[in-house]
Amino acid sequence: MRGVESASLNSGGGIRSSEACAGTGRVSGPVKTSQNKDKTLEKHLKTVENVAWKNGLASEEIDVLLNIALSGKFGNAVNTRILKCMIPATVISQDSVVKAVSWLCVDKCSGSTKVLFYRWLVAMFDFIDRKEQINLLYGFFFASLQDDALCPYVCHLLYLLTKKENVKPFRVRKLLDLQAKMGMQPHLQALLSLYKFFAPALISVSLPVRKKIYFKNSENLWKMALLAVKQRNQGPSPEPLKLMLGPANVRPLKRKWNSLSIIPVLNSSSYTKECRKKEMSLSDCLNRSGSFPLEQLKSFPQLLQNIHCLELPSQMGSVLNNSLLLHYINCVRDEPVLLRFYYWLSQTLQEECIWYKVNNYEHGKEFTNFLDTIIRAECFLQEGFYSCEAFLYKSLPLWDGLCCRSQFLQLVSWIPFSSFSEVKPLLFDHLAQLFFTSTIYFKCSVLQSLKELLQNWLLWLSMDIHMKPVTNSPLETTLGGSMNSVSKLIHYVGWLSTTAMRLESNSTFLLHFILDFYEKVCDIYINYNLPLVVLFPPGIFYSALLSLDTSILNQLCFIMHRYRKNLTAAKKNELVQKTKSEFNFSSKTYQEFNHYLTSMVGCLWTSKPFGKGIYIDPEILEKTGVTEYKNSLNVIHHPSFLSYAVSFLLQESPEERTVNVSSIQGKKWSWYLDYLFSQGLQGLKLFIRSSVHHSSVPRAEGINYNNQY
Amino acid sequence: MDSYDVPESTPSASSRPEDYFVGATPLQKRLESIRKQTSFIPTPPRRKVPQCSQLQEDVDPQKVAFLLHKQWTLYSLTPLYKFSYSNLKEYSRLLNAFIVAEKQKGLAVEVGEDFNIKVIFSTLLGMKGTQRDPEAFLVQILSKSQLPSENREGKVLWTGWFCCIFGDSLLETVSEDFTCLPLFLANGAESNTAIIGTWFQKTFDCYFSPLTINAFNLSWMAAMWTACKVDHYVATTEFLWSVPCSPQSLDISYAIHPEDAKALWDSIHKTPGEVTQEEVDLFMDCLYSHFHRHFKIHLSATRLVRVSTSVASAHTDGKIKDSVS
Repeated sequence: MRGVESASLNSGGGIRSSEACAGTGRVSGPVKTSQNKDKTLEKHLKTVENVAWKNGLASEEIDVLLNIALSGKFGNAVNTRILKCMIPATVISQDSVVKAVSWLCVDKCSGSTKVLFYRWLVAMFDFIDRKEQINLLYGFFFASLQDDALCPYVCHLLYLLTKKENVKPFRVRKLLDLQAKMGMQPHLQALLSLYKFFAPALISVSLPVRKKIYFKNSENLWKMALLAVKQRNQGPSPEPLKLMLGPANVRPLKRKWNSLSIIPVLNSSSYTKECRKKEMSLSDCLNRSGSFPLEQLKSFPQLLQNIHCLELPSQMGSVLNNSLLLHYINCVRDEPVLLRFYYWLSQTLQEECIWYKVNNYEHGKEFTNFLDTIIRAECFLQEGFYSCEAFLYKSLPLWDGLCCRSQFLQLVSWIPFSSFSEVKPLLFDHLAQLFFTSTIYFKCSVLQSLKELLQNWLLWLSMDIHMKPVTNSPLETTLGGSMNSVSKLIHYVGWLSTTAMRLESNSTFLLHFILDFYEKVCDIYINYNLPLVVLFPPGIFYSALLSLDTSILNQLCFIMHRYRKNLTAAKKNELVQKTKSEFNFSSKTYQEFNHYLTSMVGCLWTSKPFGKGIYIDPEILEKTGVTEYKNSLNVIHHPSFLSYAVSFLLQESPEERTVNVSSIQGKKWSWYLDYLFSQGLQGLKLFIRSSVHHSSVPRAEGINYNNQY
Repeated sequence: MDSYDVPESTPSASSRPEDYFVGATPLQKRLESIRKQTSFIPTPPRRKVPQCSQLQEDVDPQKVAFLLHKQWTLYSLTPLYKFSYSNLKEYSRLLNAFIVAEKQKGLAVEVGEDFNIKVIFSTLLGMKGTQRDPEAFLVQILSKSQLPSENREGKVLWTGWFCCIFGDSLLETVSEDFTCLPLFLANGAESNTAIIGTWFQKTFDCYFSPLTINAFNLSWMAAMWTACKVDHYVATTEFLWSVPCSPQSLDISYAIHPEDAKALWDSIHKTPGEVTQEEVDLFMDCLYSHFHRHFKIHLSATRLVRVSTSVASAHTDGKIKDSVS
């Protein structure tokens, strides 16, 4: 299963098809005892149904299942269930339909199965890839009109299938006969009117024009599934933005309605008091006398004492300005309270958002302040609001990347933890577009807020794990699922960063923000106690390693050091636990890390830069004409260290006219290192202390992963 | 640019995005439905014209007549918290008191004087699309007749009504404490709308915002209203486009004989009972190209702001008017 599951990370389709095949493969196979058989059959049917409704079935799977359903191998109930879940992932092959129809000819299945098959065929008509072969069966379908039960559905199918050349005088006669026999049936009329449209000369009877709906579509069993298939096939086709913009001159209501601020004033519900007075029983009355008016709420201890009998504000939005009530909102599990707040905030954001309306930037300041208030509340609660998330989805596609930038990006960093793949098309894809087309400063701000987002998610998850038994946890999901989502976020940022580095020609400034992000990433295992280690992409690692900036290199050393710590800790735990948990890191992660480590040590320490890690063909190196390339990237000659080496030598012997940095060897080498450490290169220090063996033969101390599997 | 590709992630555990919201609360369901709406096509590429709705069955014709031929300003409204249809009488009394209090602000208090208005809440039976939609209700402000004859109804000062028609997708996510009537229509002085709206906001913790109709939806309305069969046309079909330019924006009005519009639509429209996006686009494109041929102006580059037909008219700032009876 392991292989299949990880494959699904790439394509999203891996599990589905293999499960379904496993299911169908056995459904048709022989099973011995009947009880066992029922159970197995039931289990497989369930699997097929689940997969079908969730993701749809591949056309080969539909082919197999149609065969089973119509061959009469099983009873009516099973056939019905199979037919009901025949939902295509994308398309249905024409051949499958032709084969299925051939089963109808041998009369192996019951009338009701046939009816269901025709209904299915009509519902799925648009998803059949080609129709020429099916059209060749026109005569067969037409003959089936004789069957009273099938007639309405066959009519519908013929209505969809009929081409001009199918309209023949003998068919017209037959239809008119049927109509005479069965009366004015809407389905027959529909077909006749279509015939008349194609061949007006053949039909002289008058048919009502523009009759109401001919075919009963309401009982379409596959309505929801079809919608999903359509979405899958065409993808979202957004309206042109221009059309979504409202008129320029509509003012938000509050200005018309004379309220002073966006956020309502805190008031306990006066009306409910009055209205309940009449209907209240005595016990209610007693309870109410104990309720605590909001206006008196001044301190946190007061809140704690009265939390059970607090009188809620009449307008929930007013809590935004009141930190005590924010506490209350945060711990209350009362759905209506949260919903009231949600409705208010969503609608207000929608109405106030200045870039929804053309030329309505004059109230920008007010909107900015409002966003600031929301962000303050989110920081205070250390939790994002759902309303803001919904607002981001709606407004990001329209955002210019400038207006309220700081606020907007802060809202992004407070998106509550959720499935990354679900949020990606709504948010991160749009953000990527802005990211790539905007200035370097915008790119840095985005990376910054994504770092905060990652941090918020990690905090939330690490809390959630320790409080697992909480029943009302917002997301009931597996730890694996959550880790998967976080890892996708990290890979997304890795992708953004790699491309951004190229677009901004390896800007040091940008690289700082990228490495800041990875400083969070490398410490997930230890800092948040979550089983996840994701390394940086090569594009980032090598850019940092070859950077001209010492602080970048120092940061890289620090990150490598932390990766090492995390991986070693993870490995230790695995060895202690012995049992193979689902969160053992694959050897690939260790390999990748060791590869990076070898490159780094090869460059900085052992002066064998292009052997293992970065491999460059010796011939090419020769062509460059650089003779002394081997040590050119070590701690002395590396462009970002050379100035340190020179000042070190000058410090040693200030009167020296020429300096020879190659003279730093043996004892002097360790003094030089001490000098570097004293210059604040702590990352380098940690890295060298932990990753380099101080022996006669210096070598990289990788993490041994071979005993893993 | 690189294709975005997620490499095999380290911990391998299966979880599909669908698994994330199991046993979700209404709030999460709401968020999920927003995600769906945002990622799915915002407007369906085709719409069915409902053949008969609840409306025709048990509607009070007198009340409907009362709603016609008036210009309504549209507002969208969040769900009403703790609203109850059994308390309408009580609400009438409270709103009455509130309006009086608001109007008396800044005036010396007149003891015993009743300000001569009357507030009536009543349900609008049948004003809904499906059985699940909550009942619509009407709020009227009448001026009390000064004459001693008590039973004479006063003049209607202000009318507003709340309704939900085919609100299925919204209703799914609304919990039982809330009544979802997302559309509010008001006719009367805006100062009254403001007072009454404020009362509703305070009483039911709801939120009103002006509902605008974008050009996209206006063109749908134009097409669907043109399609309506009318015995005698009372007005021409008229479109209004706005050209943004300073200091004063320029409006282009385009009037067509309704029968011509209908003929154009009939030549485009294919399947009875259903209207598709392509048909609407084609309808508008035909109008555009006709206009361009004569005036060399590309209307498609301007913004449609008003549509009026014999059946109804709508303005982008959220004002509509029904004209047929």
